Amino acid sequence: MSSSTSEIPVPSGTLAAVNPAADAERKGLTKKEIAADHPTWCPGCGDFSVLALYFKLIEKRKLWHEKITTIAGIGCSSRFPYFVQAHGAHYIHGRALSFASGVSLSRPDLHLFVFGGDGDAFSIGGNHFSHTARKNIKMTYVVMDNWVYGLTKKQTSPTSPLGFKSKTDQWGAVDYPINPMKQAIAAGASFVARTTHTNPNHVLQMMEAAMDHDGFGFIECLSECVEFYEGAFDASNPRKGGSFKEVPKDHDVTDELAAYKLAGEEFPGYFGVFYKNIKPTKNAKEAGIVKNLQEKYKGLQDWQILQKTFDRMK
Amino acid sequence: MSDTTTAASIPEEAPKISNISEAIIRIAGNSQDGIQAIGGFLARLAGRSEQEVMTFMTIPSTISGGPSIFQVRIGSGEVLSAGDEADVLLAFYQHSYEGHINSLKKGGIVLFDADHIEPNPEWQSQYHHVAIPISSLTIEAIGGTAKDKGKNIFSLGLIARMFDLNIPKLEKLIHERFGGKDESIEKNALLAFHAGYGFSVGNLIETFRFKDSSKKDGHQVVMNGNEALALGLIAAGVRFGAGYPITPWSDIMEALRRELPKYGGSFIQCEDEIASVSMAIGAGYAGRVAVTGSSGPGIALKTEAIGWAGMAEVPLVVVNIQRGGPSTGMPTNIEQSDLNISCYGGHGDSPRVVIAPSNVEDCFYSAIEAVNVARKYNTPVFILSDQAIATRIEAFTEPNLEKVCQDISPDLSTVADHKPYDLSTPDGTVKRVVPGTRILSGKYPIATGLEHDELGHPTGSPKLHMQMTAKRRKKFQSLAATLPTPKIHGPAEGDVLLVGWGSTEGPICEAVDRARAAGQSVSSINIRHISPLPPGLEDIFSRFRHVFVVEINDEGIYGIGGQLATLLRSRFCNPAIRGINKTDGLTWKVKEILTRVNERLAESDLKSAALA
Ligand SMILES: Cc1ncc(C[n+]2csc(CCOP(=O)(O)OP(=O)(O)O)c2C)c(N)n1
Ligand code: SF4
Ligand SMILES: [Mg+2]
Repeated sequence: MSSSTSEIPVPSGTLAAVNPAADAERKGLTKKEIAADHPTWCPGCGDFSVLALYFKLIEKRKLWHEKITTIAGIGCSSRFPYFVQAHGAHYIHGRALSFASGVSLSRPDLHLFVFGGDGDAFSIGGNHFSHTARKNIKMTYVVMDNWVYGLTKKQTSPTSPLGFKSKTDQWGAVDYPINPMKQAIAAGASFVARTTHTNPNHVLQMMEAAMDHDGFGFIECLSECVEFYEGAFDASNPRKGGSFKEVPKDHDVTDELAAYKLAGEEFPGYFGVFYKNIKPTKNAKEAGIVKNLQEKYKGLQDWQILQKTFDRMK
Repeated sequence: MSDTTTAASIPEEAPKISNISEAIIRIAGNSQDGIQAIGGFLARLAGRSEQEVMTFMTIPSTISGGPSIFQVRIGSGEVLSAGDEADVLLAFYQHSYEGHINSLKKGGIVLFDADHIEPNPEWQSQYHHVAIPISSLTIEAIGGTAKDKGKNIFSLGLIARMFDLNIPKLEKLIHERFGGKDESIEKNALLAFHAGYGFSVGNLIETFRFKDSSKKDGHQVVMNGNEALALGLIAAGVRFGAGYPITPWSDIMEALRRELPKYGGSFIQCEDEIASVSMAIGAGYAGRVAVTGSSGPGIALKTEAIGWAGMAEVPLVVVNIQRGGPSTGMPTNIEQSDLNISCYGGHGDSPRVVIAPSNVEDCFYSAIEAVNVARKYNTPVFILSDQAIATRIEAFTEPNLEKVCQDISPDLSTVADHKPYDLSTPDGTVKRVVPGTRILSGKYPIATGLEHDELGHPTGSPKLHMQMTAKRRKKFQSLAATLPTPKIHGPAEGDVLLVGWGSTEGPICEAVDRARAAGQSVSSINIRHISPLPPGLEDIFSRFRHVFVVEINDEGIYGIGGQLATLLRSRFCNPAIRGINKTDGLTWKVKEILTRVNERLAESDLKSAALA
């Protein structure tokens, strides 16, 4: 079994034409080259910072346009791919992770980032979140959590706190909210981190760590919806009189129970990497199965392998 | 059994030997008796003898037990359907005997397990009864522990004796099936087989010998429709797929899971059908045309995502193995009631390609066609098969795999510029550029479900929505122009044209042959390309007084006909087009079709007489 997803060979037959030698001579991309459409978000929306830090990440890590693939579902936050000058897809509501899994498993050579909202991730996409996490499919997933449905204009979201007055809970939300960090840890995500759009350096740090993680890297990024949930995260913002507490230095990120405890802390809670566990990705496991089976058919062309199957059907 | 001739001068005591050109054998028991295995052996043997073969089976949807049958029709000439009436019934239990005696032709032979069955005296005068203590003879042959096991192989021996089948070939098949680590398994199988074969010949009323096959066109392979479809996808170059289990689709995903890694690919079992279609679309977006599939309820779940693939113009192959619906319906029965969801299932104006294979061999080639159409037109393509083709075993000429197999790996060569939704191409198609490809202009495409401009960026422009809708439609119109007009079975004009699709082609053609032999003016066509429809149909229809669309689905609220009939009516506005429908969950019998056609004709004669 390949130990790292990045070492999995691109399936044979792919006519790769990007010349690595030429790559070495290429200059890193500038912000101007990475930016595409001007974002359609409301002025002041937290999502702007997340986008800016994604650009920073691409610049800093010298990623090439063609190697980046940005994928999203539906929501304000999910408009993300249009604003990035790279290959991307704007898929359907709640299913971005499944789509991205298809990309990841068939193209291990790409840097795959998925962005979306709390409704996309934990309501309509809840089942896919659990299963993509447990399968440990290689990708980075940033949920821009604003505790509300932004695009559809202020309905209760699965992360809306009790009592939040929305258009679908005129008297205040009555359903107990989901805790995204607990959800991720319990589902078996192998990298679980929390950050907030008001601390840019921290966002970048988390994105880098998630990208470098070989597996399903999940980040909950608080991202304020100034239009429908203004001030939701003030308590986590020192500039608004709140407090930004990093994960304690002595926290053991491989300790699942300790991570779960951190996740249970009352808002604003902690920020940083809660949990990290190196285990083989689904990508590597599938590549392992391929390697084992292909060993038996070494030197044969595809039609000859198929011929063997037909020979048994006579 | 047709063409029965009695051979002369057979020694006393020995049963008479008749030369036959075909035989229909029905085996009835419970699902755990390994009935499918006997059928499989017979089908495979026929394939190796260059005979035509078609099987039909029912299996209960419950996990273990429950009545099960397997019918095999072996012929030295052309075999079009699994056959209406059996020549021989092999019954294991009282319920098998009572439930299937009606499927035996008058004067046919019943071989029954005398350990379990009390024959009915009234039936004994209508059918040849041969009592054989199958259970106890099997136990005697292979030892006491094997209670139910081995009865099937014993029975295979009986049938082999009765039809003078090729013993070395059958022994080889038994070796291939049971030979392995545990030698005793193969030994026991051979013991059971020879016990059956050696069963006192005098007890069999007569034995038969197949005439030499008229078919000598190279090697045959023997498989069921689902196997052919899975192998067709592999030959087409598909290396990624995703699915969720449901009968009768599951065997395809199981086969692909097992086989694809040999070719460097993989098939992923997902948490549900929405995830599976999404994963397949993701892989298609990333340059590896992928397959997903399902049956009934699972197809319904996939529709939103399929609409996205239509809008974003990403290739996708969707296998739809129809079963009885709606809802959980009749999971192990056939029905042709998913044509509508395949053609129209989804919101918005989102045409898609629908190809309906009509036999096992066609499943193999339809898979390749579907992949190539999906790639060229960047669209979802449905392969619309059904429970009957999925489970029936047929022999067909082995494909030339070296020629047929294709490599469809993505091309990541750098391009100067790329517009994924270029409006200027004449047929609306664009060669897709996939992630990993460098684009020198620095402008990268977004695949999207929002209405978009030529680069994939969202737009609310009425003009662009009109242009893009027309562009997407144009692809199907240009594909339609390339499709072949269906061949007419029978003369090109006459009283009645029967129109069928999918698995009903065989019985419909056989019905035409019989009607013509009886002096009626009947022809038929099978429509493989359901969406878009091929050219030339209007002309064909205009040359017949009646166009009856024979389907296994409901006649609809307005009684016009089934799902294909309704589509053809709306397309051609031809009132001669009417449906002949049924919803019993079973394949058409030839006789049933003929009766229904004649009823229809009598009705319309009455009507015209009344008008006159
Ligand atoms: C199947 C389906 N159902 C409903 C919608 C409507 N819809 C679009 S976005 C959205 C919720 C978005 O909330 P969230 O994911 O939190 O994203 P945000 O806008 O807050 O960033 C809904 C309900 C849809 N597009 N598709
Ligand atoms: S509605 Fe809220 S989430 Fe959406 S763009 Fe405006 S501020 Fe951002
Ligand atoms: Mg939200």
